[in-house]
Amino acid sequence: MKKTESKTLKVLLDPLWKNNPIMVQILGICSSLAVTVQLKTAIVMAIALTMVVAFSNLAVSVLRNVIPRNIRIIAELCIVATLVIIADELLKAFMYDISKQLSVFVGLIITNCIVMGRAESFALANPPILSFLDGIGNGVGYGSVLIAVAFIRELLGSGTLLGFDVVPRIFYLSGYENMGFMLLAPAAFIIIGLLVWLQRTLLNK
Amino acid sequence: MFFEKLKKAFDNNRKHFRDSGKLKSMYPLFVALEAFFFTSENVTKDQPHVRDSIDLKRFMSFVVIALLPTFFFGIYNAGFQSNLVSGLSLGFWAAFSKGLIIVLPLVLVSYSVGFFWEILFASIRKHNISEGFLVTGLLFPMTLPPTVPLWQAALGISFGVVIGKEIFGGTGRNLLNPALTGRAFLFFAYPAKMTGNSVWTVVSKLKDQTVDIVSGATPLALTALAGTNEKIEVLLAQKGYGFFRLFTGIYPGSIGETSAMLCIAGAVFLMVTGVASYRIILGGVIGVLSTGYLLNMVAGESSAAWFSLNPFYHLVMGGFAFGISFMATDPVSAPGMENVKWVYGFAIGVLTVLIRVFNPAFAEGVMMAILFMNLFSPLLDYVEIKLRLKKRIPNV
Repeated sequence: MKKTESKTLKVLLDPLWKNNPIMVQILGICSSLAVTVQLKTAIVMAIALTMVVAFSNLAVSVLRNVIPRNIRIIAELCIVATLVIIADELLKAFMYDISKQLSVFVGLIITNCIVMGRAESFALANPPILSFLDGIGNGVGYGSVLIAVAFIRELLGSGTLLGFDVVPRIFYLSGYENMGFMLLAPAAFIIIGLLVWLQRTLLNK
Repeated sequence: MFFEKLKKAFDNNRKHFRDSGKLKSMYPLFVALEAFFFTSENVTKDQPHVRDSIDLKRFMSFVVIALLPTFFFGIYNAGFQSNLVSGLSLGFWAAFSKGLIIVLPLVLVSYSVGFFWEILFASIRKHNISEGFLVTGLLFPMTLPPTVPLWQAALGISFGVVIGKEIFGGTGRNLLNPALTGRAFLFFAYPAKMTGNSVWTVVSKLKDQTVDIVSGATPLALTALAGTNEKIEVLLAQKGYGFFRLFTGIYPGSIGETSAMLCIAGAVFLMVTGVASYRIILGGVIGVLSTGYLLNMVAGESSAAWFSLNPFYHLVMGGFAFGISFMATDPVSAPGMENVKWVYGFAIGVLTVLIRVFNPAFAEGVMMAILFMNLFSPLLDYVEIKLRLKKRIPNV
């Protein structure tokens, strides 16, 4: 009993730090460059992706004994595509502005390597509950990096967080300026690179 | 006498920095200081000996020497331009001291912040501080406009040293020129302070003056404004920028870039001493001139004024002379093989002109051209090595 408990915990927590999909596996970089200019979009994207990964893992895992091996990619794609469309429609219905800002990137979750990667490597070989937790863990691991990058980019690039001004006016009056570079995609590359560096240094201690 | 005492001081304190000493973590700093005054304690004792004692330190000292005329002229010019628009005395010493007030803080910030990072990385990685930063720390402020705020300069040099050099493993392993990396970072991070017409001259505020920004466009910015039927040479001459003035460099611009004359002097010194590759410099000049002439040939009635510009103006305007002499010849980020250095220099020249002429967003193209070709230099090296291997008779 104890063993399964620890395994569950491992499945849930490993992707957060030790086996983080962005920082270790370097997956899902494209969307993390595109949606991290603002914190708000990053949070929505993180939630959307977590939901998609978790439920696609669950569905694939439930069907794992039924899906024929030869066409498993197509079957996985159908499941993921369905979930992505649901997520997209939900966003359009309830958060239209953010859905506009995220534009194609919600739809592009389907091409996000993390989703297919987890379905292929984990859900096809593990029971449903564990797969679901694995999806949650990977989604949160991806989302936490996304939010960290967006936090830095919005704070330095626009001087705001979630749209509210946080840099005091006195800073601007004494010569501080927003860093235009942070609004460009290369900034996310460099921040992710620095995060990877930091993580490796901490892990190797 | 002084040096004997200094030597003794070094010898007496060496044990504190050695393996078991208390100040072990500061050993790189100790070695750097000692090597600054004396030779390094690690010298080759066995054969074979090299014929020339040129090492990294001499290499870098030569570059600094070659930079000095441009540097002092840059100081004078910054002060001169500032006094000109502020209506102050234009005498040599007045201008020079004004320039010192403008430039010296930038240089101090660049060196102190850069050395902070160098020492930090050297201490953590337990290697010696190399002399490479002596050059980077001087080159970097010379590429900046005189009005740039000090904290931005500090940020720029931090980015240049850490992202441009240290993450690749330090001196000798960087892909990009660190000084230019820092400048490129500032260029994209704070475009308002790096480009435009108001950043090139420091205006001193007097009591009865209300003006605090003067539109002192650089010659390059002026040319970018020229209409389709105008001759750029005429336009520049109307503003007082004749070819000779552009050549000598009394005009607003980045601190070190304006004087093509002194850049050429520095380049000649570096080529004669063998520090900089003449292939890169000549290749660059040929690249600019040939592209310029090619554009002259295709220039028609309706093409932009840039097309029909005399190619020699490309050489003396903006930062090309500075960039090709001191930035492109950086031995680390340039290719190591001899023949592709021609290609490398040539491509920098071509790209510089193409960016200036075809991209209205950038009046200046040297920085981009050099950084771009920096990325290609490993590929160029690879091609030349492959070609050389092909010439060999196999299996002999």
